[in-house]
Amino acid sequence: MYLPRVAAIVLRQFYLIRGSISRVMPIFIWAAVDMVLWGFMSRYLSGMLSGFNFVSTLLGAVLMWDFCTRVMQGVTLAFFEDVWSRNFLNFFATPLSISEYLVGLVLSSVITSSIGIVVMLLLAMGVFGLSFLTYGFMLVPFFLVLFLFGIALGIAAAGMVLRLGPASEWFVWPVPALLSPFAGVFYPLSALPVWMRGFSRLLPPAYVFEQMRAILSHQRVSIAALATALGLALVYVALACWFFALMYRHSVRTGLIARYSAETLS
Amino acid sequence: MSAPVVLSPSNTLPVLSVSDLCKKYGVKAAVDCISFAVRRNEIVGLLGPNGAGKTTTFNMILGVLEPTSGSIRIEGVDLRAQRSRALASTNFAAVYAPLPGNLTVQENLRIFAMIYGVKKVSRRLAEVLEEFELEKFRHVKCGVLSSGEQTRACLAKAMLNQPKLLLLDEPTASLDPATARDIRGRIREFARRGTGGVLWTSHNMYEVEEVCDRVLFLSRGRILLEGDPRTLPGEHGKQTLEELFITVAREPLTLEL
Repeated sequence: MYLPRVAAIVLRQFYLIRGSISRVMPIFIWAAVDMVLWGFMSRYLSGMLSGFNFVSTLLGAVLMWDFCTRVMQGVTLAFFEDVWSRNFLNFFATPLSISEYLVGLVLSSVITSSIGIVVMLLLAMGVFGLSFLTYGFMLVPFFLVLFLFGIALGIAAAGMVLRLGPASEWFVWPVPALLSPFAGVFYPLSALPVWMRGFSRLLPPAYVFEQMRAILSHQRVSIAALATALGLALVYVALACWFFALMYRHSVRTGLIARYSAETLS
Repeated sequence: MSAPVVLSPSNTLPVLSVSDLCKKYGVKAAVDCISFAVRRNEIVGLLGPNGAGKTTTFNMILGVLEPTSGSIRIEGVDLRAQRSRALASTNFAAVYAPLPGNLTVQENLRIFAMIYGVKKVSRRLAEVLEEFELEKFRHVKCGVLSSGEQTRACLAKAMLNQPKLLLLDEPTASLDPATARDIRGRIREFARRGTGGVLWTSHNMYEVEEVCDRVLFLSRGRILLEGDPRTLPGEHGKQTLEELFITVAREPLTLEL
């Protein structure tokens, strides 16, 4: 891996974001809206049902899920910039390798999602009194699992758009919303029917949210569950990279890369 | 026409060597087992009517289209086996691949300089900006440049890494005659003074005659004719290269060897 090429992908995102208010705002605006909405909701519910801390349970979970979503969108938005500016031919006819390109997208996402999480934390902690100290060092594996899963979703989504063409971007946006019922963001997995729980066990965030609730209800954290979540997340990252490489090879074999705006060659 | 370049063993290798290159879509061959080479200090014209297989050939050499069979070697490096190494000494400009319009000329050039592993990026940027008279557009977004200025920006990108193999797909298509002549002069100079070779497509036969040392006529994915653009028409009973081109386009069977 040649690091200046990775840096070039990150620099391109920096140039694009630096000069555009319409790219700066989405980095934190929706996350901020979510914090405000769920912050007031949590505060209202805490007032209705005294003795239960909705701020930690609900707002903390929303913040963590938003982080995962921002990481995914950080990767896909960086990729979409090349779709929108029809830049594939320029990029892929260079020495740039697929691994360098993907690492560049991931690093771009790290930067944008870090800004997002800082804004979310400032709002959640400063305005609504969310205390992450409750989770202690467990926050590290929690964030790590959600970060890895967001990366895996982002790369897989980019691979799908590479294969299906620019219009398939539409499929990408609802992915977090489709997964959230199974991930148990707002409720314990025991609230789900059995068939849904089976699918939830395949989702690393489901383990994270279960362990977050365990900490809040003063139960022991299951290290085995967190290890499973981390293992699953790593497998998904590897699978997503494999899937993207497969879609890239298909596009090179068929000539779709060079005629990407055509969407299909049939 | 070659410059006095001292030939070491590595200099004697062709910069581009294409062997039995095929691209088939089902049973239809877009490129049908073609072989050719581009030597150092040489400008080779790849000519042919629309749909003859020129862009398909270009895309395969650029690594964005996988050949069905055959091999491509750039500076002796097999493109399929060592893609990054082979493409590091290549660059291209094509009318259908403009630089992203939402970044400035300098931003785009810096990004591509990093991708191509250019040393002393700032100095090299200053050189190409001056060479293609783009200094005053340095901070202008590529999307608002005129088509001629965009072409110059693409050519500046193509020269960033001082490529051994330069691929140009109709590089002067959107330029006014004066600018086009100037660009042709620069590319001829690039081929003469350096150690690189150029593969050039154009539909302007006057330009091809002026610039190319050798031409390959492509028709239906096959190389039909090859030779010096100044003598080739006469060898086939035609007055001009344009006349020969029209015959290749309309009646290729009359020329088939």
